[in-house]
Amino acid sequence: MSASAVFILDVKGKPLISRNYKGDVAMSKIEHFMPLLVQREEEGALAPLLSHGQVHFLWIKHSNLYLVATTSKNANASLVYSFLYKTIEVFCEYFKELEEESIRDNFVIVYELLDELMDFGFPQTTDSKILQEYITQQSNKLETGKSRVPPTVTNAVSWRSEGIKYKKDEVFIDVIESVNLLVNANGSVLLSEIVGTIKLKVFLSGMPELRLGLNDRVLFELTGRSKNKSVELEDVKFHQCVRLSRFDNDRTISFIPPDGDFELMSYRLSTQVKPLIWIESVIEKFSHSRVEIMVKAKGQFKKQSVANGVEISVPVPSDADSPRFKTSVGSAKYVPERNVVIWSIKSFPGGKEYLMRAHFGLPSVEKEEVEGRPPIGVKFEIPYFTVSGIQVRYMKIIEKSGYQALPWVRYITQSGDYQLRTS
Amino acid sequence: MTDSKYFTTTKKGEIFELKAELNSDKKEKKKEAVKKVIASMTVGKDVSALFPDVVNCMQTDNLELKKLVYLYLMNYAKSQPDMAIMAVNTFVKDCEDPNPLIRALAVRTMGCIRVDKITEYLCEPLRKCLKDEDPYVRKTAAVCVAKLHDINAQLVEDQGFLDTLKDLISDSNPMVVANAVAALSEIAESHPSSNLLDLNPQSINKLLTALNECTEWGQIFILDCLANYMPKDDREAQSICERVTPRLSHANSAVVLSAVKVLMKFMEMLSKDLDYYGTLLKKLAPPLVTLLSAEPELQYVALRNINLIVQKRPEILKHEMKVFFVKYNDPIYVKLEKLDIMIRLASQANIAQVLAELKEYATEVDVDFVRKAVRAIGRCAIKVEQSAERCVSTLLDLIQTKVNYVVQEAIVVIKDIFRKYPNKYESVIATLCENLDSLDEPEARAAMIWIVGEYAERIDNADELLESFLEGFHDESTQVQLQLLTAIVKLFLKKPTETQELVQQVLSLATQDSDNPDLRDRGYIYWRLLSTDPVAAKEVVLAEKPLISEETDLIEPTLLDELICYIGTLASVYHKPPSAFVEGGRGVVHKSLPPRTASSESAESPETAPTGAPPGEQPDVIPAQGDLLGDLLNLDLGPPVSGPPLATSSVQMGAVDLLGGGLDSLIGGTNFVAPPTAAVPANLGAPIGSGLSDLFDLTSGVGTLSGSYVAPKAVWLPAMKAKGLEISGTFTRQVGSISMDLQLTNKALQVMTDFAIQFNRNSFGLAPAAPLQVHAPLSPNQTVEISLPLSTVGSVMKMEPLNNLQNNIDVFYFSTLYPLHILFVEDGKMDRQMFLATWKDIPNENEAQFQIRDCPLNAEAASSKLQSSNIFTVAKRNVEGQDMLYQSLKLTNGIWVLAELRIQPGNPSCTLSLKCRAPEVSQHVYQAYETILKN
Repeated sequence: MSASAVFILDVKGKPLISRNYKGDVAMSKIEHFMPLLVQREEEGALAPLLSHGQVHFLWIKHSNLYLVATTSKNANASLVYSFLYKTIEVFCEYFKELEEESIRDNFVIVYELLDELMDFGFPQTTDSKILQEYITQQSNKLETGKSRVPPTVTNAVSWRSEGIKYKKDEVFIDVIESVNLLVNANGSVLLSEIVGTIKLKVFLSGMPELRLGLNDRVLFELTGRSKNKSVELEDVKFHQCVRLSRFDNDRTISFIPPDGDFELMSYRLSTQVKPLIWIESVIEKFSHSRVEIMVKAKGQFKKQSVANGVEISVPVPSDADSPRFKTSVGSAKYVPERNVVIWSIKSFPGGKEYLMRAHFGLPSVEKEEVEGRPPIGVKFEIPYFTVSGIQVRYMKIIEKSGYQALPWVRYITQSGDYQLRTS
Repeated sequence: MTDSKYFTTTKKGEIFELKAELNSDKKEKKKEAVKKVIASMTVGKDVSALFPDVVNCMQTDNLELKKLVYLYLMNYAKSQPDMAIMAVNTFVKDCEDPNPLIRALAVRTMGCIRVDKITEYLCEPLRKCLKDEDPYVRKTAAVCVAKLHDINAQLVEDQGFLDTLKDLISDSNPMVVANAVAALSEIAESHPSSNLLDLNPQSINKLLTALNECTEWGQIFILDCLANYMPKDDREAQSICERVTPRLSHANSAVVLSAVKVLMKFMEMLSKDLDYYGTLLKKLAPPLVTLLSAEPELQYVALRNINLIVQKRPEILKHEMKVFFVKYNDPIYVKLEKLDIMIRLASQANIAQVLAELKEYATEVDVDFVRKAVRAIGRCAIKVEQSAERCVSTLLDLIQTKVNYVVQEAIVVIKDIFRKYPNKYESVIATLCENLDSLDEPEARAAMIWIVGEYAERIDNADELLESFLEGFHDESTQVQLQLLTAIVKLFLKKPTETQELVQQVLSLATQDSDNPDLRDRGYIYWRLLSTDPVAAKEVVLAEKPLISEETDLIEPTLLDELICYIGTLASVYHKPPSAFVEGGRGVVHKSLPPRTASSESAESPETAPTGAPPGEQPDVIPAQGDLLGDLLNLDLGPPVSGPPLATSSVQMGAVDLLGGGLDSLIGGTNFVAPPTAAVPANLGAPIGSGLSDLFDLTSGVGTLSGSYVAPKAVWLPAMKAKGLEISGTFTRQVGSISMDLQLTNKALQVMTDFAIQFNRNSFGLAPAAPLQVHAPLSPNQTVEISLPLSTVGSVMKMEPLNNLQNNIDVFYFSTLYPLHILFVEDGKMDRQMFLATWKDIPNENEAQFQIRDCPLNAEAASSKLQSSNIFTVAKRNVEGQDMLYQSLKLTNGIWVLAELRIQPGNPSCTLSLKCRAPEVSQHVYQAYETILKN
């Protein structure tokens, strides 16, 4: 059904640690992985699924490590990949960073975790907060029989333990909207979508029942409030704590939250909005002599709002030299290792328009290989504002002890995958 | 302090040192030593020599140490099975530990030790753990059943663990339910016949309830299990779908895909008239689109699956073209998949946007991606007629870039566009010809040559262009050579006056200087065609080509349906059924979509059918590029033409002379020629009928009593295998002479003459007694009946099966089985004394007994029936109410066969015992008996 074994390999393909879950694929088969990967890469046919005879390798890369699952059956591929990503998440929460060093330094606990994460190819408990309750880094302090399985592991509520206590019961709600934009070289918008996430920081005692109210259009239509301003959420994804069938029935978002930070939900809207920061660019390349770049950036959002930390990265040829810049605001910097000029503007008020000019020299001998035409990328953050107009109408918190808890809400809009193609 | 220090002991005598430390009295030191052992194991050193010492550390109350020892055991137990037994006691004890974590750990680890001797000891602890009060232990034990089953299936069945596992599906704890489902599915998958997952509405309901409560992984197990269920009707299908749809909102992509699988499968049962059907379609699109924001590997799986979904139900994503637009930083495998889906979704409504994108991609730097983008433009032109013109002009723009691989790719697709829209875009040929020199890939060269040949009359210097390729003829790849040959022949037929020399040159290059049989054969065909009948040659070579269809690379519908059942799995990523990549028969069950309900069948409406294909019609599956080209080439072979024999050539070139010796001697070597002009050398070497054993069906039809039983005529050589000549026939025996009754039908368009037949050597020396006499030429659609007298004096060769007869009429080979009874001679009656003596004389091991079923004849009737086919009754007895017939027969070659036929009145079966000195004929005599008695 799923993985036969899981390996963590270093960048050269040497196994750092592995766990054999089913024993139906010889562990030595992993030796074929790296040569196969290199071969496919050379052929330009690299894919996340490689096969060598009857053995199939499902792999992902994380910094300098490869996580590889082997199987000889018709395994559920999407399950395996999401399990591998979950494994990385767990390791990262345990060791901060997952890299060769951290695995070596913690091999005992890595083994323990691998044992707990999956059994016979079936993923088991992968919630790192719960795992941390019974698999701890200071395990040598835990002697005789003190470590017990937290009942949470097998509970229906497998993400929150009982008996949590806080002096001050609070919930922080962050509504973050990322704007993905793809603009053609001739300036027409090909794709514009908003991916929103609602993240919670939960400091609540006991087992609280939470209910989140949004200005969701479907809900408003159900309850006959369609006149109010509402937002049509195209696709909503929830953390496993949310009762999905309830949402499906009456659009109520109700849940018992995990403790601490987590992402409650994400949503997607493809309603076209005016690009928040609009870029016009002219990149003129005079072969053998120079490149001249002119970039105009315009804030197309409300005057009261301000975009912070704006970074506009403009591609330049890899053999460009002797940069010169002129900017009407902010500063420009050449980053040769990425072949871009980054124009940074700390604060960019709505309605304003700024200009940057750059000049590069080109060598008189042109190099052989053709270069791609990377797009212009833009990064920004606009606080106190959501593009979609989504609002948290309420957050009801009910706990049997009856405490009063305070919800705090923040809104922010930021750039997601924001690309403008150049000609 | 970190664990990395354990890796750094590399002194000599390490094992010895570790041994001492493992046996230390100090707990702390012991633990350190075990860690060092595990560290060595991790880096791949063999520390199995320490097995007894490590196992000695197992009895500890330190959980961490215990886990490490267990880990060591899992790794090395298999190599030290005898010593592994030492661990059993501790395992059993640990399974009763008050701490559930230890109980679970023990049962989990024990299941991973794949040593037969240990599994026996595992049964009792496992039984207890399956009923443990702690759900953590139960969920671990549930998985352990699957592990044990993998090691020893019989044991698991005998111990009744499967029933316990089934009971766990009703467990109060959702995680236990999920693991039990996973374990059962796993077992069921490797034992498809076991019917373990006996899913019924009640158990389905339990699963659907657990679905709302268990972890994300548990939800996947349950959804995958649900997907194997076959709802009893559309109402049940709908109610399951309703309860599964909320899963589409799960954050985990794998949960979403498994839910999509269940929905796609059960949708098949829903009527398209249903409101719910439409609702469901709408609900599927957004989650599929959101999958594209997942990690690249998951995007890849999603895209491969969307590719299937788009083919199965194009209406789901038809408005979502934009999300498949390629981003600069997408990994290449994502880019290529997106491109594929873009072409599938391309329609008149969105073609402008798609083309603009494709043009953009075609100027990228990644060669594979660029090539695919160019090809995609061609596919758009073929798919969306209204866009063809724009596609062609886009391709021309791309050719102007002069980027080598772009130009070549563009030429390959333009050739397809010419095929699809003949006489429309030929104005671009000039531009194409300019790039002739830059083409270095065989496919592009072949495509260009095809274009030049096809439009030779419009290209002034076509002869020069083709001639330029001819110089390096032998260095070209086969596809270019074949294409060049055809193109020059086309050119010759269009402009015969100026190109004689060229065509002779290419024909001689192809036939005399090449060792490629395909090329030579094609060369000879053209040569012969041109030399015998240039008018016919024109008809053949310049025949109108069938149009090519629109959709390309579609997955064959039954495979598509199967793959839909495997959404999310490797099969869906490879686009291959699991049987193609999973070893052995184990674990491979063909899945299929549930049958459509009657109401939904009638509701099939045009707009829901795959784009471009009329409803009900299977979309044509076009072979990949390479095959398509092959197709083009083969077209020229056309239908066979038979005309006047060689000498009547009216071509002014010296082709006949050129054909000279080699060819004639080839023909001379064959047996007979009919009709002669079909004697193309290509066919001489290859027996067409090697697979043609149309066995004669003996058991049906009516017989005539005027002689031996005669079977009705059967088709021995179907027309399609013999260029229009159909042969059917049967065998008869009348008053001592055997004949083969043939019926020849001309299903071709040409007259056929000069028939002849020859038999291969066979066991009884059966051969024509006279030549095959067909007096008049056989006109199209005419049928002639001939009776060919046979003798048994031909040369004898034992054949397998015994009475196999091969016939060849010219190049057409066919084989048929002749019934043995035509060989039973008239003087086959033995006298009684002789019979008795012979019966005794033939050893008992030569006796064969057969049952003839469903033959309700009495002794008299049977006897007379058999007699007319020369099986003679020597004597008759009645023993205990049974009639015994003693019979004899003689074969043409003098072999006697003695028979005892036992008939019981009222019983339709009779028993036949045969004795013969040549026992290999018995089987066939029995068949003859059966044939005669039943007709």
